[in-house]
Amino acid sequence: MIGLVIVSHSAKLAAGVHELAAQMAGCQVAIGQAGGLSDGGETLGTDASRVLSAIDEVWCEDGVLLLMDLGSAVMSAELALEMLPENRRRNCLLSNAPLVEGAIVAALHASLGEPLQAVNAVAEAALAAPKLDRAG
Amino acid sequence: MAQEITTNQLRKWLLAYAARIIENEDHLTELDTAIGDADHGVNMRRGMGKLQERLRDEGHSEDVSAFLRSVAMTLISGVGGAAGPLYGTFFLRAATSPTNGSSVDLEQLTQMFRYGLDGLQQRGKAQADDKTMIDTIQPAVEAMEAALAAHQSAAVVLAAARQAALLGMKRTIEIEARKGRASYLGPHSIGHQDPGATSAYFLFETAAEVFTSTGAD
Repeated sequence: MIGLVIVSHSAKLAAGVHELAAQMAGCQVAIGQAGGLSDGGETLGTDASRVLSAIDEVWCEDGVLLLMDLGSAVMSAELALEMLPENRRRNCLLSNAPLVEGAIVAALHASLGEPLQAVNAVAEAALAAPKLDRAG
Repeated sequence: MAQEITTNQLRKWLLAYAARIIENEDHLTELDTAIGDADHGVNMRRGMGKLQERLRDEGHSEDVSAFLRSVAMTLISGVGGAAGPLYGTFFLRAATSPTNGSSVDLEQLTQMFRYGLDGLQQRGKAQADDKTMIDTIQPAVEAMEAALAAHQSAAVVLAAARQAALLGMKRTIEIEARKGRASYLGPHSIGHQDPGATSAYFLFETAAEVFTSTGAD
């Protein structure tokens, strides 16, 4: 079963997304958090070495899907992958999914034992799912 | 024979850089308040404080690559904002450039900056004239390469880098931001100097000062 990592500028946001996603997946999926800076997440920001630790924490040969909030969270996630050994980097994937919707959908599909690419595909499809029906 | 710059001189350079950034915290904040989210000064000051602690600790490696990697790790964890992964990438890539073990010659120093610049462009996806730190670093690296090709002395190469970095930084006043938070302002970003280009300028200013004053063989 793949693992997930939530990368957010805010430790609280990362914890909240984790909470939502874990409930969805019935806690079977390993979900790591990398929120805020290394002062325990007190300062807003992202830190590639925290992303790296979160990947280590949830590591599994099936792979790890990373979901980011925005801006420099993406750069920190990319940098974390660059710092990983090649054999692990191959099994990590950065998702273009929206953080909240993506994490919930990804946790659900990961809990069903779906492979990395498939989980990412459904998570990214959450971008296109409208929240409101504006027709009529 | 080109002059050799030792790991200890690189350490002195980055201590000077950290001090220069801390002196300029308010200036960086002011620039970032105009076109960004006002956090560049605070973020850089925090990172530079961590870097000073790290560099004053005598336990650092004499190996140039290991030293640059440890600088990168300190900045990645210490800076925050977009500057953290960007400066982190710069030094992490610089650490992969060729060295003589515990020193670099002028050509290797130039390559070190080139590797860092290439990493930055890949990470930040910014090009010249996007109003970012690239607008300082790219002309500085190109000026170093040109001066090196013309067989200039270390003092001339480093002065050329500083001058090109200065002009590049000033030029960010005239151009419109196409990357980062400032790009949301579109044409309103014109007239303001880019904070990242400014913090990057100090890399070359302090390099010219430190490597030419203490760098003689």
